[in-house]
Amino acid sequence: MSAPLGALTGYGWPTLLYKELLRFWKVSFQTIAAPILTALLYLMIFSHVLSSRVAVFGGQVSYAAFLIPGLVMMSVLQNSFANTSSSLIQSKITGNLIFVLLPPLTPGGFYAAYVLAAMARGLAVGLGVLLVTLWFAPEVAALAHPAWVILFALLGSLILATMGVVGGIWADKFDQLAAFQNFIIVPLTFLSGVFYSIHSLPPVWQAASHFNPFFYMIDGFRYGFFGLADVPPLRSLAIVGVFAVVLVGVTLNLLARGWKLRH
Amino acid sequence: MTPAVDIRGLARRFGAIDALAGVDLCVAPGEFFGLLGPNGAGKTTLISILAGLTRADRGSVRILGHDVVADYRVARRLIGVVPQELVFDPFFSVRETLRIQSGYFGIRDNDDWIDEILHHLDLTSRADANMRALSGGMKRRVLVGQALVHKPPLIVLDEPTAGVDVELRQSLWAFIRKLNTDGHTIILTTHYLEEAEALCGRIAMLKAGRVVALDTTRNLLARFAALTVRLSVARVPAAWQPRVLREAGPLRWLGLTTYAELEELLAALRRDDIRIDELALTETDLEHAFVRIMADPVAA
Repeated sequence: MSAPLGALTGYGWPTLLYKELLRFWKVSFQTIAAPILTALLYLMIFSHVLSSRVAVFGGQVSYAAFLIPGLVMMSVLQNSFANTSSSLIQSKITGNLIFVLLPPLTPGGFYAAYVLAAMARGLAVGLGVLLVTLWFAPEVAALAHPAWVILFALLGSLILATMGVVGGIWADKFDQLAAFQNFIIVPLTFLSGVFYSIHSLPPVWQAASHFNPFFYMIDGFRYGFFGLADVPPLRSLAIVGVFAVVLVGVTLNLLARGWKLRH
Repeated sequence: MTPAVDIRGLARRFGAIDALAGVDLCVAPGEFFGLLGPNGAGKTTLISILAGLTRADRGSVRILGHDVVADYRVARRLIGVVPQELVFDPFFSVRETLRIQSGYFGIRDNDDWIDEILHHLDLTSRADANMRALSGGMKRRVLVGQALVHKPPLIVLDEPTAGVDVELRQSLWAFIRKLNTDGHTIILTTHYLEEAEALCGRIAMLKAGRVVALDTTRNLLARFAALTVRLSVARVPAAWQPRVLREAGPLRWLGLTTYAELEELLAALRRDDIRIDELALTETDLEHAFVRIMADPVAA
């Protein structure tokens, strides 16, 4: 019955990617539809309450239009993080992560599968948010720099998916992961300029925003829509790009060492 | 011939506890090998290192000549592990679970073998059922199936029959026996010692992270070939106290070497006017050998 080794030389990570895609697709009401609805509610409430009080980019862009790229990116980021982190912690706590640890998957393959699936979910939710919110500000569809939109969406989802890998592996219980999400990810997202331009902030908070990498993700993403940004887009790209490279490098190193996975 | 498993000087410490304190073990290809020991003896740590789930502090493990750390990609293709815990992925059906597990090993289009596994594990009718809908015994059998999807030459079963009813246990063992007959090396840990006695050709007993006995099952039984007498008595004559293997209330198990010794024991009880309420005599089985080896202070 034994198969010769030559018959078994295929790679396993595409199957792990497929399994991860299937995992969120099987509960797509929860993983895709629900965050789209949440973003839509944010838009309806915030644009209704604040549109007459907030002027952004010197009045060149309506508040609803300004808000949409922010909400799209926020959804991309939060769902990318949620996918990797929730999948890993569930697998750890239920014990079925062993099925992934026993086969000969490389650390790079393991990483690629989890992160690509999370990026797919983040980008699917982001696209969904964009489509359902366009009705409120159709001018958003006239993308000034589409390549920047795609580039920042990819980088943002990559970064948060990677952070989700680290968070999911680090946390030993759901409570710890919730703390990671609620005390790090959510504040950094909400204070990154999703709902406002940092020029509307007091100088201290403006300065503080420059230390928030999420701010550059959203500002660069928004530049792709309007050709307008709070900081030069190349600076955003450089900061986000370096952050991504360092984070991916550290994460791959952790996986190669079997950090908290292979004791 | 390259050993199926070659373990040398394997040590692993968790805090102040030596889970493994220098284990040397060699399993030949095609063996049905038993790994026995009380809870905490180091069996699961040993299996985890074998499977690449745990890293050793010292020593090496080779599977068919491939180091489980340096050459892990080949080593992990050569081993199939049935874990002790009853774990499953609630998102998938039985067939999806087995297909996905095949894919992790780079094997696509594995349905013919999956169908055969399902048949042998009596799971064909439940192939499309979600894992959550299965009974404990069925989930256990799916775990066995997952360990076999890539046709590994070495199969490690960590207490695979826990929670499986008698009938299914028999069919499971028939299947595992067939795999062994087909040339697969089997390593088994179990708490059902009669199971190990019936199946395993050779047995290693672990205690506190060390191998305290390693021999063929036949030799182990022969080494402790003797009688065990179970008495319900108020006390045992002082001279016979060292022969007491176990005590539970008025019940005492004494190890004897010959039937003549039984006569001497009964005479001693009569001399001391000790009334026997109950008496039972059994010949040594693996459980008795196990109890005596574990009770041996030299083995501590």
